[in-house]
Amino acid sequence: MPHRPLSRRQFLTRSGLPVIFAASLPAGVQLLGLSAAPDPTLPGKHPGLTILNDRPVNAETPAHLLDEAVTSADRLFIRNNGIAPAAPPADPAEWTLRIAGEAVPQAVTFTLAELQAKFRHHTYQLTLECGGNGRKEFYPPARGNQWSTGAIGCPAWTGVRLRDVLEAAGYQSDRAVYVGYYGRDTHLSGDPDKVVISRGVPIAKALEDESLIAWAMNGQPLPLLNGYPLRLVFGGYPASCSGKWLSEIVVRDRLHDGEKMGGQSYRVPCTPVEPGATVADADMCIIEQMPVKSLITSPKTGATIAPGTKLNLGGHAWSSGPAVTEVAYSIDFGSSWQPCRLAPPVNRFAWQQFSATVAFPEPGYYEVWARATDAADRVQPMVLPGWNPRGYLNNACHRIAVKIA
Amino acid sequence: MRILIVFAVLLTLAYSCSEDAPAPAIPSDPDRFVVDGIDTLTGLIAQGDYLLVRGNCLACHSANLITQQGATAAGWREMIHWMQEKQGLTDLGELEEPIVAYLATYYAPVETGRRRPLGEVEWYRLNTDQAD
Repeated sequence: MPHRPLSRRQFLTRSGLPVIFAASLPAGVQLLGLSAAPDPTLPGKHPGLTILNDRPVNAETPAHLLDEAVTSADRLFIRNNGIAPAAPPADPAEWTLRIAGEAVPQAVTFTLAELQAKFRHHTYQLTLECGGNGRKEFYPPARGNQWSTGAIGCPAWTGVRLRDVLEAAGYQSDRAVYVGYYGRDTHLSGDPDKVVISRGVPIAKALEDESLIAWAMNGQPLPLLNGYPLRLVFGGYPASCSGKWLSEIVVRDRLHDGEKMGGQSYRVPCTPVEPGATVADADMCIIEQMPVKSLITSPKTGATIAPGTKLNLGGHAWSSGPAVTEVAYSIDFGSSWQPCRLAPPVNRFAWQQFSATVAFPEPGYYEVWARATDAADRVQPMVLPGWNPRGYLNNACHRIAVKIA
Repeated sequence: MRILIVFAVLLTLAYSCSEDAPAPAIPSDPDRFVVDGIDTLTGLIAQGDYLLVRGNCLACHSANLITQQGATAAGWREMIHWMQEKQGLTDLGELEEPIVAYLATYYAPVETGRRRPLGEVEWYRLNTDQAD
């Protein structure tokens, strides 16, 4: 059975989309087109997003819609493990965030208004990518949402430094090992005692300048489906580390053991395995840094251009740590590579724009492939990287189809 | 009218997901929702025991979790056991075998190798006069 993506209209016809959304969305949130035109969209989201799942909501962004240097809020992908809070808070300023854990002697609670008043605000453009972005290509297939290339985006986030808040809460730096989060989303089963997801990052990552407790995306309140009114943002780590609808942060004196930290979730085999292998939980290691990667966002795949004309190629490249230093393109399946122009990142963990003017030798079918290299000389592979049971970390080169005719 | 029927059925599904819930009632004439071999209520392929899947799986999650996925019988069984261990799915008893058989038959993995072809490209004319 081929996994053909459905158009939105087919999707609606086949699945009764608005109804499922209506059942899982907060009261008061209106779905566009629910009663009138049969053309619904996710609240606050671009209608061009590809909906992979409606309960929980998971949607990715086609590459050509990610062409902006700063990703618009309505174009940022959605990867939810549970159901967004039943009702957005009447007064977001009264939203509370508790700081606790073994390495916090006395738990402290801040309201969102207090966070905004007490701490210095910072804005960074941070690349957020789902650890499973690209899962769709793995064979044997991995369980989970079959992301193609669109679980990625790089908006500008505004909030306070996690470090500043942890320091104000009096965390003990000599005991702190890991930072975990809890949020106010609901488990799919509806069981209020079940934690949807509770992941986090090592303390060293938590203390970086760019590690934010954020309330704004591109100067506006966060979209509901992306964590409104408060979330964590850690650039360069799997997006699942960046907890949404943030209600509590725990500074642990050990590796955080929250939901989806253990087992096989967000982990890859500690040593390489053959495709399809069964790997024991004990042999799976937590994903921390995301690999170097790039995406062609212009033109949209499928462009047909006249012979003798040139193609303006554009896109983004990103890496979890040091900046991307080089992006190249190939029109002959990697036999030869040409350099792209590459802009520096506006800050660490922001994606960088590449561009090139591409000429084609003769009419016919071409694929334009892009390949990024980072400062540590890590290069994107042209084929799929190492197979892993849950299909994470696919950073294979992106490509588009072009015809000269 | 049609949307109301869909609403009623799916609301039943959406609210019946709990550890004790019985399988949702199946409409007496399910075939009227089948168009071109697809169950339009869910998107499932309307063959074999699809009603068992609709009744037992879609109480808790969307059919998209099935239709976007391919797996062998062993793979589907492993996912069912994972849902039982982690997500509160009940023991399916004698229904497990026909459910796994349906999934492995109609949602089998597709061999794609290390890189699949780009596939169905929607071609369009791009004006490149502006290129330098």
